[in-house]
Amino acid sequence: MADPPSSRYETGATPTERVATMTQFTPQARALGIALTRVEPPRAWGRVGYRPDLVGDPDSGVIAGGVITTLLDQICGVAAVSAMNSASPVATIDIRIDYMRPAQPGRDIIAEAECYKLGKSVAFVRATAYEDSSDNPIAHAAAAFMINAARANRT
Amino acid sequence: MSPQERVAAALARVPYAQFLGVRAELKGDELTLALPFKQDLIGNPILPALHGGVIGALMELTALTQLAIASKSEKFPKTIDINVEYLRSGRALDTYARARVVKIGKRIANVQAEAWQGQRDSAIAAMHGHFMLAEADGD
Repeated sequence: MADPPSSRYETGATPTERVATMTQFTPQARALGIALTRVEPPRAWGRVGYRPDLVGDPDSGVIAGGVITTLLDQICGVAAVSAMNSASPVATIDIRIDYMRPAQPGRDIIAEAECYKLGKSVAFVRATAYEDSSDNPIAHAAAAFMINAARANRT
Repeated sequence: MSPQERVAAALARVPYAQFLGVRAELKGDELTLALPFKQDLIGNPILPALHGGVIGALMELTALTQLAIASKSEKFPKTIDINVEYLRSGRALDTYARARVVKIGKRIANVQAEAWQGQRDSAIAAMHGHFMLAEADGD
């Protein structure tokens, strides 16, 4: 059961190359300016820069929760794909996000994700979002991804 | 302007809501957020499918706005936690979301939300979450 050629955006010789193209070809990741900064399978790091048009609370200038949700979902998916021997599309089954504190206005936000269990059908990933250190997190996420999502979604 | 119209207007001033392109539609105190499709909301260009984070964000914004209406506050609550469940892939179509305030306590509220596209009874995603009420967040 080879992957269909349609998984064009997840091709690449190494896991790092594979997930780099995965983020480059994701329109919403580009729109938010999400950059993949580091990959050490099964871990991945990404960053979103502070931008006034991404603010969720105009009074405080704090970036919207939705931006952090998308960053965490994206980098969790990248971590899951990085853990695989051969590329396979993934789809989020669910993601839970706990907000420990507001993000600091004006600062970049980093997401650090780890795929701690890669099964045949499901990958489990946890992640934190922070400015400086994962010891002082903005948010924590736990997510499950369906593996081979493109095939399963064909109806 | 009615109190709920003021809340909808407050949402329209949120930069990230403008970034996504969400529109608030009010019928009395029931709110529907509409997210018109645009290319840069895509998360998987092959299917194609909306980014899961966008769908989660739409439901969170709906929950925050509906809760502000229900708690008669023009300030948005703060998110404590959200749990987003994906039921179908979000297609390259307009998306809608509604939220139901399950319980408002003294300090926190429990809210559920759903997002759908063509058919209201065929949700593409669901969310439940806890939110700190704006009045209780006095620090």
